[in-house]
Amino acid sequence: MAFGLRYSLIGFGAGLGALIAAIGPPALAETPKRGGTLTYLIPADAPPTFDGHRETTFATAHTGAPFYSVLIRINPENPGSTTDFTCDLCTEMPKPTDDGTTWTFNIRQGVKFHDGSPLTAADVAASLNRIAFPPQGILSPRSSSFEMLDKIEATDPNTVVFRLKFASTAFLPALADPFAWVYKKAILDKDPHWYEKNIMGSGPFKFDVFETGQAIKGVRNPDYYHKGQPYLDAIHGIYAPKQSTRVEALRSDRAAIEFRGMPPASRDELKKDLGDKITVQESDWNCGSVVTPNHAKKPFDDARVRRALSLAVDRWKGAEALSKIANVRTAASIVFPADPLSPTKEQLYEIAGFWRDIDKSRAEAKRLLKEAGAENLSFELLSRDIDQPYKYVGIWLIDEWSKIGLKVTQRVLPSGPFIAAQRAGDFAVVQAANCHGVVNPLIDVHPYLSSSISKQNYGNYEDPKQDELLNKAMHETDPVKQKQLMFQFSKHVMDTEAHKLMILWWYRIVPYRSYVKGWKISPSHYLNQDLANIWLDK
Amino acid sequence: MTIAAPSPSGIAALVDDNLAPRGIFAVIFSFLRRQPVGAIGITLVLIFGLAGVFANWLAPYNPTSNDFSAMTEAPSWAHWLGTDQLGRDLFSRILFGARTAFIVGLTAAFVGGVTGLVLGVGSAYFGGPVDLWLQRVLDIVMAFPLIIMALVVVSIFGTGLQNVILAITIPLIPRCARVVRSSALAIREVPYVDAARALGFGHIRIILRHMVPNVMGPFLVIITAFVGQAILAEAALSYLGLGVQEPVPAWGLMLQGGAEEYATTAPWIAVFPGLAIMLTVFGINLFGDSLRDELDPKLRDR
Repeated sequence: MAFGLRYSLIGFGAGLGALIAAIGPPALAETPKRGGTLTYLIPADAPPTFDGHRETTFATAHTGAPFYSVLIRINPENPGSTTDFTCDLCTEMPKPTDDGTTWTFNIRQGVKFHDGSPLTAADVAASLNRIAFPPQGILSPRSSSFEMLDKIEATDPNTVVFRLKFASTAFLPALADPFAWVYKKAILDKDPHWYEKNIMGSGPFKFDVFETGQAIKGVRNPDYYHKGQPYLDAIHGIYAPKQSTRVEALRSDRAAIEFRGMPPASRDELKKDLGDKITVQESDWNCGSVVTPNHAKKPFDDARVRRALSLAVDRWKGAEALSKIANVRTAASIVFPADPLSPTKEQLYEIAGFWRDIDKSRAEAKRLLKEAGAENLSFELLSRDIDQPYKYVGIWLIDEWSKIGLKVTQRVLPSGPFIAAQRAGDFAVVQAANCHGVVNPLIDVHPYLSSSISKQNYGNYEDPKQDELLNKAMHETDPVKQKQLMFQFSKHVMDTEAHKLMILWWYRIVPYRSYVKGWKISPSHYLNQDLANIWLDK
Repeated sequence: MTIAAPSPSGIAALVDDNLAPRGIFAVIFSFLRRQPVGAIGITLVLIFGLAGVFANWLAPYNPTSNDFSAMTEAPSWAHWLGTDQLGRDLFSRILFGARTAFIVGLTAAFVGGVTGLVLGVGSAYFGGPVDLWLQRVLDIVMAFPLIIMALVVVSIFGTGLQNVILAITIPLIPRCARVVRSSALAIREVPYVDAARALGFGHIRIILRHMVPNVMGPFLVIITAFVGQAILAEAALSYLGLGVQEPVPAWGLMLQGGAEEYATTAPWIAVFPGLAIMLTVFGINLFGDSLRDELDPKLRDR
């Protein structure tokens, strides 16, 4: 890693951590108490499957993370950092060799799966191979995050070696992905799809019961390898897709926390009603609303039409207004706005949909639609039945598009069918989210790559030029040049081709019962969700 | 005691009063005079119905336009019923919501009612195995409460206005068929139906000309009840996110999401759509009750 980039990343990480610390609760050193059951809310109807390697939704993360281990992770005591990686299953963070192309991890000994069998390096290698090099028939939306990876080997029962094609700053963040759960190799060998419908890991909690659409329950794993953890006797996750239900559950203390995030109005209401009984942590969120036109459906194969869709949306005004009622806040490019690789505001003004003059922007949109023969276009926007922020963003977008003469209706689906519809290409335009764990724009923008490369790109397009631009940025170690390349990539994706429309970045607000201790917010609702360090001060 | 025979002119007067055809306005006036509660009901229904029909002219704002300068504004001269969290005018949305409610309510009630009428009269007329099997099928459909059946249909066919109408129509069919059949069974046995058969009239003619007109009383009453039920069901489905979708104005949808989130800080977001649903269904039920009283000779003069 070039020193300049290293320092800029460290500086960014420190800055983000400081921001989170500034708006979070005071960090007091308290002795954790053991016992109790944490009841938490999962703002979804159900996870599409239990398989973290396959899914990209919090519904799966918040359901499964407490039952699994990972090789490395962002330090749970410092989850706001983007560079503070620590071991979970490894014994210590290794130094790379061979000019940064070989990483050798020693695996903890004595770790057991919940069925009592030992966890070895072979299980770690098999799990990460499944993510990076998925076999035929296995869906792995994160495989493109490992394009720097050549192979993964378990050289002995306690050692896993990662050999890279080229040294990359993106490798460790990719490896620390919170969905990179370690599965049992013997099970994967027997049935590669077993983990889609079953849960069996080596994490801090053992799976107890799953009630479809109702709850997931776990009990303390007495054999957990992090000394003293977990502090809780049991966990009880309740599926509650409706915002009002969750607010009332917190208010009445039927649940203690919802980890994803709530809108400002709910925060203010709970704080006003419950005072000190409610603690709030807030953070910028590595999550943004993204609109994807399906290039396989006319007229969205035409860049002029896609560009018009983007030009119609007044993000500057929308961000200011919607931040009062929804958990969105920032108008920015496809790069996390607080990241050093994010374009300057002046650069942003050059991109379609971010012009300063919205009237001029909409006039251009109308001209493009006319030129493309798509005046008075009507289409259906596919959206997800989660209030925050999908519902608000969806309503706002439809109104914005109506200002250039488009007639848009909405099809709202629960999480499972919503994701299935995207994967099947059963949509004209979809409003979804691009959310990630560790902040790492070089990896986080992978869903914008060609559909053949990124399984998270449901736009059905191939664009070798943009793939090449990101490839250059991945290999570039000079931070200034890397930033320039990222801007070229962003402009190509958002403006020239308008493959996808970056709408607004989210803002994470987590109000919770003050007796919940030990949990620290991060810029991702996927991170720090194994609940091992949470305890109840009751 | 002497009983005087009625004079020819007296008989003529009786005939004029009871049998002579009256104009539609006279019938309506007579109904309103005898059923003042029904008059209130139909007035409420007409107010909301006409509001829906003329929403384009009556609404002061575009019901789907966001106005970020007027988010969660309390009722005022500018916004009579206030605004929601996106600054949309609630009065305008309620007017357009009436259109959605009545489109769903009237269509589901009419289609479900007419289908039920045909099945009910047909089942009674043919009797035997046709009646037996048809009634068992209707029993199965009726075993599910209306909203549960509607949820099943929406789950299969998806959301959207057309599917919501379909979802509400299907469970209404057996309910109408059952009521109509019970009336039609009695009519099937009356001499003029036998006479029609003896004269060689076809089944269709007998059913349409001689049986259907004689079950119109209970049919009209149940149709009015269906309109109210369908409006409630549409609101329930929309509230559950399974009916029409945003930004289409619909009363049930207006009670969802923002209304719950802002229930304490901006209660008007929930109160006015709730009132609209309540008053409309209340009006329909009042009218339906009065119509039943009017059409039932036993109740008419009570």
